[in-house]
Amino acid sequence: MVETFACSFRATELDARRGVISVVHRLKDMGVPDTRVDEVQIALAEAVNNVVEHAYSETTTGDVLIRCNLHSDRLWVEIRDAGMPFPDTKLPEGKPAHVDASTPLEDLPEGGFGWFLIRELASDIQYKRNMDNNQLSLCFEIQLTK
Amino acid sequence: MSLTSTEADGAQVVTVNAQRIDAAMAIQFKEDMRTETEAGPTRVILDLSCVDFIDSSGLGAIVAAMKQLGKDRKLDLAGLTPKVDKVFRLTRMDTVFNLYDTLQDALDPEHVET
Repeated sequence: MVETFACSFRATELDARRGVISVVHRLKDMGVPDTRVDEVQIALAEAVNNVVEHAYSETTTGDVLIRCNLHSDRLWVEIRDAGMPFPDTKLPEGKPAHVDASTPLEDLPEGGFGWFLIRELASDIQYKRNMDNNQLSLCFEIQLTK
Repeated sequence: MSLTSTEADGAQVVTVNAQRIDAAMAIQFKEDMRTETEAGPTRVILDLSCVDFIDSSGLGAIVAAMKQLGKDRKLDLAGLTPKVDKVFRLTRMDTVFNLYDTLQDALDPEHVET
């Protein structure tokens, strides 16, 4: 059996925060274990931030639609927006930052962690550019506690 | 103001009074850190025990805050909650900062790393 819910919000930083928090609450209510919900939250927040910062950067701000499909062993989180496609309609690579204790202060990265985190946390990622919207789907393995 | 600041054992302790350092908060956090740490002790300890969630913008803002301090001062982090800790470890930024479980550990001479 698949349980589904959806929500949408304006692609602004504050609405994105509220939207991500509401998805987190719903997933917990549905019995997704807390540690997995934490990982979903980290990845989802990055994906939604990208929509706010990049997809709608040169167009009128629109909405973000999130749809969650919870299966017995996995969760698919679909994020849709009506903004610009990814450059070359390809997902960013999300290379890891090569840092350690010896990295000079001025060389430390202040960004570029988002896609790395998404790729680390999601077990599968799919992206489709539809006629006028982006459809990004992130998959997470799940063992339900309820 | 998202921060409060005190001094303890020769270090400046800056406490973040926000549950999230996310994209909606990162710029304000960076500005507030600049104001709070403009002058003061060489060692700054950022107490993150109230922070439940951080994203890559927030992580970048903490890195920026450390850069603002310059080479002669340092920023240590204390009280990382599970999600915050996870983001630091995944991105390997845990190798860049000294991390302490609690503020007390950060102030305890037995725990302090130089």
